[in-house]
Amino acid sequence: MSQIIGVPKETAAGEKRVATVPEVVEKLVKLGFKVVVQSGAGDPANFSDDAYRAAGAGILDTAAELWTASDIVFKVRGPSAEEVGLMREGGTLVSFIWPAQNPELLKQLAAKKATVLAMDSVPRISRAQKLDALSSMANIAGYRAVIEAAHHFGRFFTGQITAAGKVPPAKVFVIGAGVAGLAAIGTAAGLGAIVRANDTRPEVGDQVKSMGGEFVTVDYQEEGAGAGGYAKVMSEGFLKAQAEVFAKQAKEVDIIITTALIPGRPAPKLITADMVKSMKPGSVIVDLAAEQGGNCELTVPHQVTVKHGVTLIGYSDLPSRLARQSSTLYATNLFRLTEELCKHKDGLIHVNMEDEVIRGTTVVKEGNITWPPPAPRLSAAPPAVAKPAAAVPAAKKGHGHGAAGALASAKSMTIMFAVAAVLFWFIGANAPAAFLNHFTVFVLACFVGYMVVWNVTPALHTPLMSVTNAISSIIAIGALVQVAPPMMENAAAAGDRPEAWILGLAVAGVGLTSINMFGGFAVTQRMLQMFRK
Amino acid sequence: MSATLATVSYIGATILFILSLGGLSNPETSRRGNLYGMIGMTIAVLATVFGPQITPAGYVWIIAAMAVGASIGLYAARVVKMTQMPELVALMHSLVGLAAMLVGFANYIDPAAAGTFKGAEKTIHELEIYLGILIGAVTFSGSVIAFGKLSAKISGKPVLLPGRHWLNLAGLLVVIGFGWHFINTHTVADGMIPLIVMTVIALLFGIHMVMAIGGADMPVVISMLNSYSGWAAAATGFMLNNDLLIVTGALVGSSGAILSYIMCRAMNRRFLSVIAGGFGTEGGVPGAAGGGGKGNEPAGEVVAIQAAETAELLREARNVIIVPGYGMAVAQAQHAVYEITKHLREMGINVRFGIHPVAGRMPGHMNVLLAEARVPYDIVFEMDELNVDFPETDVAMVIGANDIVNPSAQEDPASPIAGMPVLEVWKAKTSIVMKRSMASGYAGVDNPLFYKENNRMLFGDAKKMLDEVLVALKG
Repeated sequence: MSQIIGVPKETAAGEKRVATVPEVVEKLVKLGFKVVVQSGAGDPANFSDDAYRAAGAGILDTAAELWTASDIVFKVRGPSAEEVGLMREGGTLVSFIWPAQNPELLKQLAAKKATVLAMDSVPRISRAQKLDALSSMANIAGYRAVIEAAHHFGRFFTGQITAAGKVPPAKVFVIGAGVAGLAAIGTAAGLGAIVRANDTRPEVGDQVKSMGGEFVTVDYQEEGAGAGGYAKVMSEGFLKAQAEVFAKQAKEVDIIITTALIPGRPAPKLITADMVKSMKPGSVIVDLAAEQGGNCELTVPHQVTVKHGVTLIGYSDLPSRLARQSSTLYATNLFRLTEELCKHKDGLIHVNMEDEVIRGTTVVKEGNITWPPPAPRLSAAPPAVAKPAAAVPAAKKGHGHGAAGALASAKSMTIMFAVAAVLFWFIGANAPAAFLNHFTVFVLACFVGYMVVWNVTPALHTPLMSVTNAISSIIAIGALVQVAPPMMENAAAAGDRPEAWILGLAVAGVGLTSINMFGGFAVTQRMLQMFRK
Repeated sequence: MSATLATVSYIGATILFILSLGGLSNPETSRRGNLYGMIGMTIAVLATVFGPQITPAGYVWIIAAMAVGASIGLYAARVVKMTQMPELVALMHSLVGLAAMLVGFANYIDPAAAGTFKGAEKTIHELEIYLGILIGAVTFSGSVIAFGKLSAKISGKPVLLPGRHWLNLAGLLVVIGFGWHFINTHTVADGMIPLIVMTVIALLFGIHMVMAIGGADMPVVISMLNSYSGWAAAATGFMLNNDLLIVTGALVGSSGAILSYIMCRAMNRRFLSVIAGGFGTEGGVPGAAGGGGKGNEPAGEVVAIQAAETAELLREARNVIIVPGYGMAVAQAQHAVYEITKHLREMGINVRFGIHPVAGRMPGHMNVLLAEARVPYDIVFEMDELNVDFPETDVAMVIGANDIVNPSAQEDPASPIAGMPVLEVWKAKTSIVMKRSMASGYAGVDNPLFYKENNRMLFGDAKKMLDEVLVALKG
């Protein structure tokens, strides 16, 4: 019995996106689901009912029918109160929820015994990138921001020298080099503008350059990366230095695109009224943070206004303005999530709370609010403990096998120490002093070997083995000292010494280890000669 | 040379050995590391020869023995093919084991060596001899079998005697029993019998142990034997009261143990289960049981292609990842691989190599082969470094590897290799697998990769096929 995925028409005013598109419907059907779409749901994004039908979806006329029929509902925006009312008891909902901002909505959904997966709560780890709808929407917003700016900006972006005179290139300043910021940098650079960008996280400088932008740094020492790779709140001293940089840029550039957001907080006010006044007439500011209060003091959310001769664009629905594109990407994100939920391709979802990605995304599970999730395992740890499997592949910081510790659990460590203590006690109680000297040396040498070898790069395992093999022919010493030792004082014992036997064994031993000694070092040398950059 | 001077020389040699191992952990310093090792060994040998423990009467013998050994060793090092490195290393381990045995016996029959010990000291000394010979014998026979398996003189399949764990246990008990007996004997002649019985059992145990381990686990076995050879040296050091031997043996022993551990971790297996042997044959594994794997065959079709199409796919790619396996070593195809790599790189295609930690038959085997073919090491990456890049890769080319690219390690919890980290080649836009046939790998597990939609199979000998691909690329 396969489950039914329902896609209603979005009810929020001006929302043009739809949560699935015909090509994704086909893939969902392949996973074993039945898909129903509300009639006209895809119209604003130019997907007709017929296209959905052709892809294998059923079409239902009203929202009420659809909500009742569906086991799982895919939506873009969080449900309205009426929609929650329509929802089936114990059903599953996947959409943007913003649980931090909408605690009421969570309670209503919990009362319905629903399971809710919030696309805005997908953990920021590499494995979850394919279902990170925030990134795919931010990408579109960044692109659209430049297009909107171009629309309101009275000049070319690219510099030209024409018969009618010289056109200087537009200068664009992008604040915040997240996904949206980088998309904006790429788009603006593609149109020929000179692009500068700033971010509190210095490590994104290379990304800015790779998109064709120039990274403007704030000359103040402070690390700006917070949990999960997002930005964090900065100190006052930094903000002052930053404001100076922005004020200088405001005077020079034609277009400012701000994308600075800190998770769970109002957007930082980065562009003051004075900076807006200092801009050239005809300049444009696109404030992508408008919905969270805006990065610019003068932004009016959802509207385009002109103040001090500067056009301020405060649209909060930029992805929706590119409805076909954003619907396709969002639908694909949802499909990737569905794949994670339905590993057996049998048309049944299984919300596995052991899975880190699904755990993070699920905000209500069968009527219990499970938001916020426990801190993500990987990127939340302070950078001091660099685990081998860290989510962000730290830029080539040596090879080896990572930290040696933190492998055994506390319990097995205790047992190990107990066993070692008993063993040491036994040895200490019984062994003669001469033996203990050697034993000390032995134990310490084991540790030295462990420390020295732990960080070997895998590429060198073979040469390492052949060199240790050569070194283990040190056993030759053992054979050497038996070849012709000076006679002991206790001549009686020496009298019946089986000379020939010992000599024979010792010489054979020397011969054998010499093969190893010379051969081992020579072959290692030969191997190492080959390693080259 | 006085005794104190000899001791100081030993300390110097010890330091040089530690530096040598340390230097070997990085390609830039590795050559220097090897040099330190050589200097250390020279100092150690010279200090011993001219030290107080050897009279000039022995010089002739020593020089003769060393000259013979050196010429054999140097000759072997010069002619060995890089694909045969695992065999050579295994063989050399066996020599260390054998030498440890010989030294142990010589020491035991030498009354001068034991003469001064009394009471507990004597017991410990005899225990040291016993242990030294035991470890030496296991190392020796185990390495010989490993050599046989690697050079295909013995079948690589695990040989499992019925009740093998009980056999091992019985052997251990007998060894302990005879050990007790041995310690309580008073003359050399009396002690000889338990000593020889134990040696025979230890030899059999070494054979049995390695025979039971499948070919795919060879990297672990080799590094484990490497570790044993170190412990044998350390035990000899205790026996002879020689700190240099103890330290060096412990260094080698612990480094080998760590390598084994790293290898096991790379395969997501427990060390004990590797040593216990018999991979993929334990009960309770549905799907893997019954060799043929009928009724559990992955769905989908196998799509075979030709060299020309392969060349076409490569030429149109922007990002290529090559995943070599043991098949490349067997076919000696590493040079052909590099020719193709060079050609593709000249065309501006980003070619990289992804090396699974247990690809091949000894740790780092693939790296050595690629280095021999002069592939620059900065385009050779570890599994973890590359796995995230597969989705952006146009063509992933798998050359003679199977289990290390098997998606069922991630997808099928019932698979015997479930949980083993693998290279996720199936995430690339297209994967090409070069193989001689559809046969399964050492783990005996069918590979669903071959049936994936975006996978292509290029059947044939890796060297021959790669040569054809190269011709097609140039044409």
